[in-house]
Amino acid sequence: MLCGEAEACPVVITTRIRLARNLAGHPFPGWAKEAQRRTVLDLCLGALGGVPQLRGAVTLAMDTLSQTEKLILAESHLISRELMESRPFAGIVTRPEAGCSIMVNEEDHLRIQLMQGGLALEELWERASELDQSMEGRLDYAFSPRLGYLTSCPTNLGTGIRASAMMHLPGLVMKNHIDQLVRMVSQLGIAVRGHLGEGSAAKGSIFQISNQQTLGEDEESIIRRLHNVIDAITEQELNARQCLLEENEPQLMDKIGRARGVLQNGHLLSSDEAMDILSLIRLAADLGLVPSQWRGRADRLMIEAQPGHMQHRVAAELGATRRDVLRAVQMREEFAQLPALTEVTGVANL
Amino acid sequence: MAESHKCQICGKPATVHLTQISGGKIHKFDLCDECAHAKGVTDPDGYSVSEANAGKPVAHKHPAGESIVCGVCGITAKDFKKMGHFGCPSCYEYFGPIITPMLEGMHRDIEHRGRQPARSLARLALRKKITLLESVLSDAVAEERFEEAARLRDELGALKDQLQDQIS
Ligand SMILES: [Zn+2]
Ligand SMILES: [Zn+2]
Repeated sequence: MLCGEAEACPVVITTRIRLARNLAGHPFPGWAKEAQRRTVLDLCLGALGGVPQLRGAVTLAMDTLSQTEKLILAESHLISRELMESRPFAGIVTRPEAGCSIMVNEEDHLRIQLMQGGLALEELWERASELDQSMEGRLDYAFSPRLGYLTSCPTNLGTGIRASAMMHLPGLVMKNHIDQLVRMVSQLGIAVRGHLGEGSAAKGSIFQISNQQTLGEDEESIIRRLHNVIDAITEQELNARQCLLEENEPQLMDKIGRARGVLQNGHLLSSDEAMDILSLIRLAADLGLVPSQWRGRADRLMIEAQPGHMQHRVAAELGATRRDVLRAVQMREEFAQLPALTEVTGVANL
Repeated sequence: MAESHKCQICGKPATVHLTQISGGKIHKFDLCDECAHAKGVTDPDGYSVSEANAGKPVAHKHPAGESIVCGVCGITAKDFKKMGHFGCPSCYEYFGPIITPMLEGMHRDIEHRGRQPARSLARLALRKKITLLESVLSDAVAEERFEEAARLRDELGALKDQLQDQIS
């Protein structure tokens, strides 16, 4: 098999764990008056300052950030799109190098979030749980023995946990198996969402797989079930790729070859197109068609090619056309040395 | 426009719209993705549902709950339906009759089985005790029961120290 080992073909790009927490006796951020939001922000920031896991963290008040700065934080998954639009007195405490961020006054008073490359659900849960315990030592959480952690939206009630994996599924997309997959996993209480662009219009064949249900089960069981589903999807994806190589090799090679052509010769590149093309380069690295170090570059550029990062790089607000020109320039530079595709063994057998 | 409808269960924008005919009447349902999944409304094309589960009610309104107001934050059942979010932690007590059927469709079970914030709970219990003792103390002072007041003061001091220890 060309792509047997899961470690050699990282179908899971990143894993994330998010915990929703609120303070007892304070209205939830969406219903709170401005003064009440301020009280909660002060209380949370004060308490987080003493948490050992957050030593060296940066604290940012959303009200002081520019639109571009907020966009960069969102594109880097350190804050949510909702926090970008938030009312006054929202903030974030983050250690980006540790993939750790805590949003204050988003939908809940506190959203603890930990992120890591590859599949790392259990490690992340351990870290999230330690951080949560340190915070709980300093803040009075709103909790009911019967309903668990009380959250602004009842869909997060109980454990408040949302565990998710960003998965790269070009094989299942090309084989048109995504709808089937969505149906299968939704029966298990697992959601599949297109990353960037809601619904089925997933950019770059990247999907977010996460638990839907938060109440009625403990955290370990939720994580275990999600892990099993991720493993099953990974296996299906690798099978789909194998199948594509066996049945549609010229079409697949042509698609990837053209992607390489656009990266090296394009002059206008929208962020949607860039995502799709980088996704194909990632696939090419997984299949051994280009050396594997190009996968890391594709992963990095999937984030850097987004509008906020582009704007930040040139320190200016950019129009869409100007952005597309600059994006194409960046890709030509980054991929100038990308070698021609290695021929796969299958061709000889045709 | 269909897009302007809110989910009948949680109030978020509805993405799944279905019509069903039962008992000679036409019922229309607007649900968000999450509630639709939770209710088992699976969708044949992966996009939207026009008709499903004929005869089996997918969502029900709760006319009895319409008049509920949270005694702590003042949010009404109508506000909740509109926003899909509660106003404060105490809402979960006040909106009990609305919440239980909603949770049944949403989650695996309606009882929490995860971890507990032991220290938060201990502190909250301590705070409650302190508030109670303080009112007993002020009664004792008002009624000039000074010996009892002195004893209560000591007790309160010890409880406050205990609370302080638990915060750091
Ligand atoms: Zn809903
Ligand atoms: Zn309330």
